[in-house]
Amino acid sequence: MIQIENLTKRYGSTEVVRGVSLRVRQGEIAALVGTSGSGKTTLLRMINRLVEPTEGRVLIDGEDASGIQPHLLRRRIGYAIQGHGLFPHRTVGQNIATVPHLLNWSNREIDARVDELLHLFQLDPAQFRDRMPHELSGGQQQRVGVARALAARPEVLLMDEPFGALDPVIRAKAQADLLELQKKLGTTLVIVTHDMEEAIALGDHIAVMDKGRLLQYGTPKDLLTQPADDFVESLIGSAERPFRLLSLTTVADLAEQGEATGATIARTTNLRDALAECLWRGVDVLPLDGGGVVTLNALRTSGRGLAETQGEVN
Amino acid sequence: MHSDTTSLPRRRITLSPPGVVFAVIGLAALFVPIVTFKPNRIVPGDGVWITTAYDGVAGWLIVAILALLFLTGALKSLPPAVRIVAALAGLLGTIVILGHVATSLIADSARGARVSPAAGLWCMLAAYLLAAVDVLNRLELSLRARWMVLAGTVIVVVLVFASGYLANVSVMMEYAGRQAGFNAAFRQHLVLAFGSLGIALVIGFPIGVLLFQVNGLRRPVLGALNLMQTVPSLALFGIMIPIFGWIAMNVPMAAKLGVAGIGIFPALVALLFYSLLPVVSNTLVGLTGVAPEVGEAARGMGMTNAQVLARVQIPLALPVVLTAIRIVLVQNIGLAVIAGLIGGGGFGTFVFQGLNQSAMDLILLGTLPTIALALVAGTTLDLLVDALNTSPRKRSAS
Repeated sequence: MIQIENLTKRYGSTEVVRGVSLRVRQGEIAALVGTSGSGKTTLLRMINRLVEPTEGRVLIDGEDASGIQPHLLRRRIGYAIQGHGLFPHRTVGQNIATVPHLLNWSNREIDARVDELLHLFQLDPAQFRDRMPHELSGGQQQRVGVARALAARPEVLLMDEPFGALDPVIRAKAQADLLELQKKLGTTLVIVTHDMEEAIALGDHIAVMDKGRLLQYGTPKDLLTQPADDFVESLIGSAERPFRLLSLTTVADLAEQGEATGATIARTTNLRDALAECLWRGVDVLPLDGGGVVTLNALRTSGRGLAETQGEVN
Repeated sequence: MHSDTTSLPRRRITLSPPGVVFAVIGLAALFVPIVTFKPNRIVPGDGVWITTAYDGVAGWLIVAILALLFLTGALKSLPPAVRIVAALAGLLGTIVILGHVATSLIADSARGARVSPAAGLWCMLAAYLLAAVDVLNRLELSLRARWMVLAGTVIVVVLVFASGYLANVSVMMEYAGRQAGFNAAFRQHLVLAFGSLGIALVIGFPIGVLLFQVNGLRRPVLGALNLMQTVPSLALFGIMIPIFGWIAMNVPMAAKLGVAGIGIFPALVALLFYSLLPVVSNTLVGLTGVAPEVGEAARGMGMTNAQVLARVQIPLALPVVLTAIRIVLVQNIGLAVIAGLIGGGGFGTFVFQGLNQSAMDLILLGTLPTIALALVAGTTLDLLVDALNTSPRKRSAS
């Protein structure tokens, strides 16, 4: 668990982070979103003390981070950045072994861990262990960067725009892989992004920052339906709102009894894709895998963020 | 006036532009004296042409063959191997002619006569050599092949001189009388060049690292080093000789430690003086050139500042530092000649003796090995830099 209490960073008279408090529970993903200069990266870097806080404190599993030597603290916390920052003069295996090496693991343990991680990231150890970073594709480099951050089994992983350098197709795949991996490992994850889409896709909670202030910290649904102010609303984008809300839920939650013609869709399909499918096929009902249907009406209701306040019933 | 390009033969003759330049130099050189014959060491002599050294048809046949070899080197449409062989054949042929002409001229004349290489010979050697190097560069040989070319060249040159075939050429006559002195000068020259480089690295590299860490020091320190670089070497000696002389006289331990107004000590200091800037600035450039996210990632994973420097930044800066080593080594091999002026030894000894005696051959005895040494050192370090840039592939894990 990470507790951030009243964290402030001042450079001279300018405050880049102003009194931010938030809490990331064990095994959760928190996404820090904001425009550039919002202080999100500084906030992240204060967690592992790459930036020293001016005021406030960070507790990691209840332990005050300021009481631990910075380099020792950082060896306990995974860290992955945009453009991956792999060491160009070290092989993939040596890159991944960086932190275990610093922690003086035995060579046998390190070798086993490197191979285990390469497997986990779908890179064949025999083929990739001894390659140099420049011999990898962008997506492979990014995966090695995350593998390196996870090498010493950190409880907490910090990521700064880890997918920023990837093209959209690889990016979506990388996000899905990360989610799956995080569920498997139970790592507490704090990820910085400027992309609200990415924040909604990944975050259990999203922290919206602007000019050093934390404007809102809540679940994606909170943000979409009850934005704290105009800035949060503009970041979400009014045109995108209903679709983002729909993307949070799968059709399994809306399944009804019934029959419908046409090809079935998977129960894990999110509502946005289901709505798109309805519109594309020109139908009001879609059949689901394993029986049942989802109706256009139900999809419409789910996309209505202001339904309760306007008292409208279908 | 036919402009029908399709009727041209399929194999068109194309010329290599630099090759043409070299060939023109070489062809012109055929009509310039190849050696100068002097009844004794000091007097200016008479020029000897190929056609006068070899009478009648033989002379013109040799000229024709040499000309053909020049042209072959310039023809781009020929296979590179043929062009290289032509250039090397020309090179070797020229040396054979030099040895042969020198031996026969000396045999026919009184003791003390000299046969010195003249403009024609130098230009021919240069033209063939440049043609060979030009083709070699275009081949884009592998690293291993380039090492072998370098080693082969050194071995052949050593063999040619060791064989004694050129013993009657004036420069080698000067050598014959000074073998012990030459070997000592060679050793001193190496000490001067490598010693000053070593000291420059020991002092300059830490300064470069320090400047990288402390931003505020960069401008004053680099400014001072730049200023040092502009002091003429003669002026430097003018300042150093009295100062070091005084120190040696008046500071008790100084003389024992080697401090002296003349000799190898001020020479080393002078070379060091000019070596610091390249070492310091390249170290700094190399370190600042390391991608910032690499250092950032290293710190973020828990390396201490010293570890980031030693394990990440310095290894990545090394190719640029090696470039500085190349610059300094080649520069100092050349510059070490001035040590001869203040009794510091090295090949400069012969150069300044030769200047005093107006003996061109003696000057050459100091100059030619200096050039050869600089070329070999420069090429070796070029290859080392390339090796470091291209092959950090496999190193054992952790």
